[in-house]
Amino acid sequence: MSDPLLAVDGLRIGFGPAKDGAEAVRGVGFTLEAGKVLGIVGESGSGKSLTMMALLQLLPGQARCSGSARFRGKELIGMRKSEIRHLRGKDIGCVFQDPLSAFNPVKTIGDQIVEAIRLHDRRISRRAAMKEAEELLAAVSIPQPDQRLRQYPHEFSGGMRQRAMIAMAIANKPALLIADEPTTALDVTVQAQILDLLRTLTRERGIGLVLITHDLGVVAGMADNIAVMYGGRFVEAGTADEIFYHTRHPYTRGLIEAMPKLDRPEERLVAIEGTPPSIWSRPPGCSFAPRCYFAQERCRQQEPELRDLEHTRSACLRAEELPPRETVAHAQDTGKDMTL
Amino acid sequence: MTAIPDIRVVPRWRRSRAVLSVLGQLPLTGKIGLAILVFWLLVLITISVLPLPDPLAMAGRRLQPPSIEFWLGTDALGRDVFSRTLWGAVYTIPIAFAVVLSAVAIGSFMGAIAGYSGRWADSVIMRAADVTLSFPPILLAMTVAATLGPGLSNAAVAMVIVWWPIYARLMRAQVLEVRTREHVEAAIAGGAGRMRVLRVHILPLCWTPTLINATMDFGQVALLAASLSFIGLGASPPTPEWGSMISEGATRFYSWWIAMGPGLAILSIVLATSFLGDGLRDIFDRRSRT
Amino acid sequence: MSNDETVLKVVDLAKDFPIGSNLLGTRPLQLLRAVAGVSFSVKRGETYGLVGESGCGKSTLGRCILRLLDPTSGQVILDGQDITTLDEREMRALRRDIQIVFQDPMSSLHPKMTVRQILTEGMRLANKAPAQREAAIDDLIEMVQLPREVLDRYPHEMSGGQRQRIGIARAISLDPKVIVLDEPVSALDVSIQAGVLNLLRDLQKRLNVAFVFIAHDLGVVRYVSDRIGVMYLGRIVETGDAAALFDAPMHPYTQALLSAIPLSDPRTERERERIMLEGDLPSPLNPPSGCRFRTRCPRAQALCAREDPMLEGVEHLTACHFPGPNPDIAQTCF
Repeated sequence: MSDPLLAVDGLRIGFGPAKDGAEAVRGVGFTLEAGKVLGIVGESGSGKSLTMMALLQLLPGQARCSGSARFRGKELIGMRKSEIRHLRGKDIGCVFQDPLSAFNPVKTIGDQIVEAIRLHDRRISRRAAMKEAEELLAAVSIPQPDQRLRQYPHEFSGGMRQRAMIAMAIANKPALLIADEPTTALDVTVQAQILDLLRTLTRERGIGLVLITHDLGVVAGMADNIAVMYGGRFVEAGTADEIFYHTRHPYTRGLIEAMPKLDRPEERLVAIEGTPPSIWSRPPGCSFAPRCYFAQERCRQQEPELRDLEHTRSACLRAEELPPRETVAHAQDTGKDMTL
Repeated sequence: MTAIPDIRVVPRWRRSRAVLSVLGQLPLTGKIGLAILVFWLLVLITISVLPLPDPLAMAGRRLQPPSIEFWLGTDALGRDVFSRTLWGAVYTIPIAFAVVLSAVAIGSFMGAIAGYSGRWADSVIMRAADVTLSFPPILLAMTVAATLGPGLSNAAVAMVIVWWPIYARLMRAQVLEVRTREHVEAAIAGGAGRMRVLRVHILPLCWTPTLINATMDFGQVALLAASLSFIGLGASPPTPEWGSMISEGATRFYSWWIAMGPGLAILSIVLATSFLGDGLRDIFDRRSRT
Repeated sequence: MSNDETVLKVVDLAKDFPIGSNLLGTRPLQLLRAVAGVSFSVKRGETYGLVGESGCGKSTLGRCILRLLDPTSGQVILDGQDITTLDEREMRALRRDIQIVFQDPMSSLHPKMTVRQILTEGMRLANKAPAQREAAIDDLIEMVQLPREVLDRYPHEMSGGQRQRIGIARAISLDPKVIVLDEPVSALDVSIQAGVLNLLRDLQKRLNVAFVFIAHDLGVVRYVSDRIGVMYLGRIVETGDAAALFDAPMHPYTQALLSAIPLSDPRTERERERIMLEGDLPSPLNPPSGCRFRTRCPRAQALCAREDPMLEGVEHLTACHFPGPNPDIAQTCF
């Protein structure tokens, strides 16, 4: 079979009336191969979480969804409820930001993992499933798994809970793992542990991972490919190195420059002015134009499409003309206009 | 660097239109409830000029079933039940309003003190509230009304005593929640005194649950008032009070229309306030979620 | 005024929270020691950064400095005066000298007041005439780089970044000597955060105010701070000049923290060896004997369980029995 693990194409998600409602995701497409990690980076409201919820049919009821998302060649969008339920938690595992709300507070962690296993395969006995659950907890480096199994979610620390959720997500040996901000609620030292765990899992088990985050740093070392999302679209996509070293989109560059650098603390941060567009009042033309330092008149009229460049694929009309980074920082500090 | 052009387009919230906009957002049931209450309010205002037979005088033959002349029939003394039912609003609605208002005032004051000062004031006030709430309301009201003697105003006092702890609890819970918010800490850090913090930074944010509850309680208080009159501790004959009217009708089982008028009136008030209260809660909850 | 002058000095500050109570309600069952003896000082116009992970007591410490919480013991000396012994009235008179900016700009602004009212409310204490207040508000809004139109808006009508700028405007409106910033940018998106950080740096230069900057993000703290204290379980375990601390961390916890930060540089990130800390943060209800970090420390030895290390050194202080640079992270960190 030559089908990729996951192939998304022209995915759109809208709210309100079909005619003049708002679109939160506007034509997103990507492919993911087994064992690879795709990082989707975007700020709040960019549509990154909705995209993933659409794949699992977890969107709120009033949302409209169109386009195509094929998992091993099978269409997910519009798939029957009974069928998608079979995929969810079996072939596709999910890890969310808040592990506490993902667990049932009155059942032990062990019971919940056993339930997840037996939900998809009734032939496994409870005892065997419990044994498996113990191995899973061990696999995600939870110490004393036999005792931990008998504990309730509130007896776990935040990091341990996130490990347990990952254990549950991989319980049925999924081919695809979707992690939505899995480390946002965690401290840095714990975040490092969880990312390390996810990396090991993808490498050792050949799981495809979609990692959604607002933090470019999180995906830098993890992701094979990175897509940057803004205003419901991918504005730039490429390999991790391409995105970080050869970005051809002002927004990606803005994100990189807005992060404090530990190695160059004196360098003044470059803020992106303004706020992201609301899905209800999107500007015409390029969504980023109102905040963009390089925007010209045509940017405000014509919506750019993703196109192939030397390194990345960028949705910027002026991608080729972007000056090197140093010039921008200087120009912003001196208030010079960069529109050519 | 120029000023940040960081302006979000949001429709302005104008205070003058606030009330209307809230009522406009009510769900259908809420609007129905509001309409019923407005109807009773109009009755209350115009009752003296309405072309109704005297509620206290004999208008026709005794125990007449509903007819064109007497829409809800006549009672044992030949009085027009329809007229008496409308007149009943004059007693019940102002009383219910006064009771709810006093209970809200006393309860909220006590609750605010309890929630804000904590320590012994909290213990004293809340234990008093607990004791009051541990009696069945009708029993407590009966005790009070019996002690003070029957009569509408004594019944009202009894009901306030029954009802204030509910608002004290509501307000206390709300104050406890709001006082931990950061804007309150910011006000303290800015040097605001204790009273100013309570008055300006806490209380204005505490009224929503009280408002919703008071709306719903309005019907319940009307019901309790009627219940007290029913057992003879509220209004006494010949006052056309709903509870005492039902009590009169209750003894005449086959003349069902005597109790039906006031029964429907009470039902309409209780339903209307529940509908309106539910509607208000929907609106405020939605607002607090966004 | 010279810039060497110390405006805020915190001496051996501790804060206990009672947990539960006995049947009569007279005594707590346990005491949770959230801050366990912290000392540091801040000079005029300087930023002292406090970093640590959740549960390390940094926010409690911030609130104790403002006496929004009363410290259990220790001193907070503001401009030579110990404010922990003041009564409520005396404290109120001093409040304008020390202000705070909170993490969540939505909950830290009164939701039913306009921006103008919020800023005026803060200025009441300064006893300014109404006309002066108007002028002062115009200045403030200009200082935090917002358009004047926001003055008549309510907090929910603004974006997160704008709200936080109002929080900052309120803090500087009383012309304080010290501002405690409690995670001021962690609720903001990265692109907005940079603008607020730059604003804070600029304001400090302009107003010569001292900042106590509390955050969990080391990158952010490094960007704004002159000196930094790293907190673990209610204690400062290492403190010193920002550059020195980041370039040559001596405490194993600081080293682990630094090595855990994801860098926005894929090549170094892939090659880099991380120091992984074992296990979880111990409960502050029942902290480990001796050194509080020993349960997770790669260097822990028998001595660490017996003796609590003191914060020692000149300029760059470390609370560790076996301090020293870590050869692994020296090359892999940056």
